[in-house]
Amino acid sequence: MRRMKWGNVYLIFVFIILYTPIFYLLFYSFNSGGTMHHFQGFTLEWYKEVFHDTRLLIIVLNTLIVALLSALISTVLGVIGALAIYYVKSRQVKNTLLTFNNVLIVSPDVIIGASFLILFTIAGIKLGFVSVLLSHIAFSVPIVVLMVLPKLQEMSPTWIDAARDLGANEWHILTRIVLPFITPGIFAGFFMALTYSLDDFAVTFFVTGNGFSTLSVEIYSRARQGISLSINALSALLFLLTIVLVAGYYWISQKGSRLYGMWKK
Amino acid sequence: MKNSVRNVYLFPYILWIALCVVAPIALIVYDSFFDIEGHWTLENYEKFFTPVYLKMTLSSFWYAFLITLFSLIIAYPTAYLLTKTKHKQLWLLMIILPTWVNLLLKVYAFLGIFGTFGLANAVLNAVGIGTKQILFTDFSFVFVSVYIFIPFMVLPIFNALEELNPSLVDAARDLGASAWTTFRRVVFPLTLDGVKAGCQAVFIPALSLFMITRLIAGNRVITLGTAIEEHFLVTQDWGMGATIAVFLIMIMAFVVVLTGNRR
Repeated sequence: MRRMKWGNVYLIFVFIILYTPIFYLLFYSFNSGGTMHHFQGFTLEWYKEVFHDTRLLIIVLNTLIVALLSALISTVLGVIGALAIYYVKSRQVKNTLLTFNNVLIVSPDVIIGASFLILFTIAGIKLGFVSVLLSHIAFSVPIVVLMVLPKLQEMSPTWIDAARDLGANEWHILTRIVLPFITPGIFAGFFMALTYSLDDFAVTFFVTGNGFSTLSVEIYSRARQGISLSINALSALLFLLTIVLVAGYYWISQKGSRLYGMWKK
Repeated sequence: MKNSVRNVYLFPYILWIALCVVAPIALIVYDSFFDIEGHWTLENYEKFFTPVYLKMTLSSFWYAFLITLFSLIIAYPTAYLLTKTKHKQLWLLMIILPTWVNLLLKVYAFLGIFGTFGLANAVLNAVGIGTKQILFTDFSFVFVSVYIFIPFMVLPIFNALEELNPSLVDAARDLGASAWTTFRRVVFPLTLDGVKAGCQAVFIPALSLFMITRLIAGNRVITLGTAIEEHFLVTQDWGMGATIAVFLIMIMAFVVVLTGNRR
């Protein structure tokens, strides 16, 4: 009994450590004093500043467009990749493909960023929107593959055989049987790709060039100049967005498993 | 016919592997053989084995080791206690939630907390130690990094603990093992895969995160990642940057093999 109590104290301590910086940021976003210490008075000035900063709003828009586009395209590519790995018969080939798939997941961001910078320079792709989008697609694909593949492996192969016996062609098998079954995996992959893209700093920092910027890069360059409470206001808004995204992801995964449960019955 | 349909999937995927995995790494290796003027040379490798770079590599290793160790020391009990709570999935989600907050914002928060008049110094003053310079020291670098990595360490260990069959623990206790012996001989060995996965997820990024060193540690701490960033984006000496990257890739491969062989 005593043990458990100390355990709870420890857990509470860890949670306090984990959440202090986040709430510290949110708290001072309302400080009229303009610093991250000594709270002078309540103000919404910094939020107003964020909404009047056209440059920042364009950057937010850029970030969202890159995230949505890259998540969409990498989901399509990732599903294709998962199907490719699933259909390969030889175990050895399968493992080789998976190893290559995982290289980008374990690679540090600096390596991905630096190597893509070289790649884009040699390929003659101008650094900017296109290079950022392409690199985000590149590092999101393996994540989607890893989210979709377990769903494919859960699927009973006899369904495909049955469908084929009943005269379905490959296209019908894909759209009527395989895709509906792996939909929860596809959504999970899409959300993961979205959050990876929104969160990425290091890779983008390498391939972004001069004219184009995403939110992470902008936060970095502002933070290097010191503390400005509009970053705090921005972080509060992003935190809200994150909660909405997490809730959405949770809802979809719950719904997915419920649908799957119904399916099994 | 079936095979041709399947190749339709294989073709774009292999194209992606070739363009986005193989080509970039090949280009890094290729670039490491050129000096800043574009002449073929082995000089970069010679330079890497001079004391300056070796010392940097060693200190980068040392910091990554410290960060991994402290993350493990904090994360293992956390994961263990989490598995004992009610609503453990919800608490786990609460541990993961901060990872969805942009890393730079969390680092930026520490600029305020560790600042001269920040929360940390307020606490130190209240305890009677007095104001200390916390920002731009190696302590702040290690602390912030551990803070960032704790969830990545908790998650795999939590999963490993969840897979552990509780009757094994009961059996050990019934046979007279103390709580500590049970942990040392039964629980820890059986969750070693989770610990390895966590260490892999922390150690490799800890070698290469340059934004934390830049923002929190000033230029006091230079890791392999900082050096690569500096060569590529500041001094424009891509050859040397690529050479350090080659070594980072080799270290990464080594760590993956070392912490790999999971079932």
